Amino acid sequence: MSKAVALEVSQTVEAGPVKKRDLHLGDRVFFWILRGVATSVILLLAALTLYLFRLSIPAFQTFGAKFLISLEWNPVSEVFGAGPFIYGTVVSSLLALCISVPVSLGVSLFLNELAPKKLADTMGFLVEMLAAIPSVVYGLWGIFVLAPWLRTTVQPLLGKTFGFIPLFQGPPFGVGMLAAGLVLAIMITPTISAICKEVFRAIPDHQREASLALGATRWEMIHMSVIQTARSGILGAVILGLGRAMGETMAVTMVIGNRAEIDISLFAPAQTMASVIANEYAEASSQIHLSSLAAVGLSLFVVSLLINAMARFVVHRVDSRSAKAAH
Amino acid sequence: MEVSLQPAAHTTGRLRDRLSFRDFGRKWKNRGMRLLLLVMAIAAIAPLLSVFIYVFQQGGSSLNWSFFSEVPVPVGETGGGMLNAWVGTVTIVLMASVVGIPWGIAAGIYLSEYGKGKLGNVLRFATDILTSVPSIIIGLFAYAIIVVPLKRFSAHAGAAALAVIMVPFVTRTTEELLKLVPNHVREAGLALGLPRWKVVLWIVLRGSAGGIMTGVMLAVARVAGETAPLLFTAFGNRFLSLSLDQPMATLPVQIYTYAISPYEEWHRQAWAGAFVLVIFVFTLNLFTRLIMARRR
Repeated sequence: MSKAVALEVSQTVEAGPVKKRDLHLGDRVFFWILRGVATSVILLLAALTLYLFRLSIPAFQTFGAKFLISLEWNPVSEVFGAGPFIYGTVVSSLLALCISVPVSLGVSLFLNELAPKKLADTMGFLVEMLAAIPSVVYGLWGIFVLAPWLRTTVQPLLGKTFGFIPLFQGPPFGVGMLAAGLVLAIMITPTISAICKEVFRAIPDHQREASLALGATRWEMIHMSVIQTARSGILGAVILGLGRAMGETMAVTMVIGNRAEIDISLFAPAQTMASVIANEYAEASSQIHLSSLAAVGLSLFVVSLLINAMARFVVHRVDSRSAKAAH
Repeated sequence: MEVSLQPAAHTTGRLRDRLSFRDFGRKWKNRGMRLLLLVMAIAAIAPLLSVFIYVFQQGGSSLNWSFFSEVPVPVGETGGGMLNAWVGTVTIVLMASVVGIPWGIAAGIYLSEYGKGKLGNVLRFATDILTSVPSIIIGLFAYAIIVVPLKRFSAHAGAAALAVIMVPFVTRTTEELLKLVPNHVREAGLALGLPRWKVVLWIVLRGSAGGIMTGVMLAVARVAGETAPLLFTAFGNRFLSLSLDQPMATLPVQIYTYAISPYEEWHRQAWAGAFVLVIFVFTLNLFTRLIMARRR
């Protein structure tokens, strides 16, 4: 409310009796410089899209739309299809979400609703630090700590217990889809839990007090007043986490095993859209190989745009609804 | 349903028993769920501790003076360091900052001071998209605009990719901070007869300089750890190189190359590199936190 008033005041200052002629020359120069800069950032995005298209034209000309579903990727015979990578990206990201969403919800609820303030501050800080660690360090840790642990402990155990499910069959390599999913889960947990925490914080305390006053236990209060109220905000956070997981490159490249094949087992090596570019682009020699990799990049770009638009739509809807409710 | 299993003597007793039995279930569910939330919180922190312990143990023990002062030695020999890589990272990040920071700040000023119109909205949309583009795709872009015409990998291309990553971050931080400056401050300046550009630069921007600095440092910390966009732009170099139109080694890329190599000695160096990188990034993060905490 006060903001709207302030804006009106400043507008009257701008549009008042001061005529264009009276404006300082410096002001006009300043304005046009800034306008140029603003336009240049927009042009930057346009150029990015355009160049990505241009790089990938040869691939789409050669393989057509079938490029996106074809399962063969063979640099030797120069036959390319993005199928295995789309599968790898989707499965590794979904796996990451399955692991990360309960953990992120748990940690943000714990910090927001249960933990004493000091503990919450320290733990919140630690979770945020998870986001600051560079991707390549996660990859290094994944290769030398996570993958051996999976190979010697987790995968044999999973194979023995759930071996009848195709997902957990096959030899334990360590590196592979499961390792990629786990590293991704660790990397997107700070993203999801940070947004969830914001959403929970926006819920007014009287909602919590209302359910406690009706005799609800702590958990019933969290369930009824916090989780139910924040549902669409949580959904937005999850979609943003999905977007991050799909674009994540280095850590995945280092632990996924890099094999362009589809295998139902989570123990098997695979490859994602981002990881195949990181893995092959610098070494690709033929024009069609480079172009196919760029086409994979273009597909990833489009997908990440759609995911982010979706997240924004969900969050925006929540915002406008809660704004309406506040009035 | 199980309630009826409770023995009950008379009506009031039955009611009491029924309530206490249901409360018993609720109480335990409450305890169970609270415990579960605690377990989840610990599960979220555990990987951080593991990463920390390994980076400090493996990296700290592998770190020595020659790591900073020597270039890599041929495979099979022990010794050598990452002089080429850390010099390269400093060079490329500096180059990216020189371009990306002023560009981002200027765009941020536009958004906060003149950004109410159509162009402002389009710019806001563009920066949102740029922030969400995976960094490897920005690498492809830098490859297309710099590596392809020059026909070789170069430090320029790497710096360009990092600058493109920095711009949207700095833009949004600047916009948000400048919007915090109350309008009456601007009006006071204008009322004194100052031209608008002076009000913006000398009053609004200067007043938020500290906050913008912290945002800039976070952006620097972020790009310093970027690997993917450098793989096929700055590429890498086994020797110390300062020529900007040649391939240049960087710390993250060298850590990656060493980590996926089969040599024990290189793994050791990769851990040392990770140690240095993590210390650098964390120092910047902690520093900005301290500044922000003090301002509050």
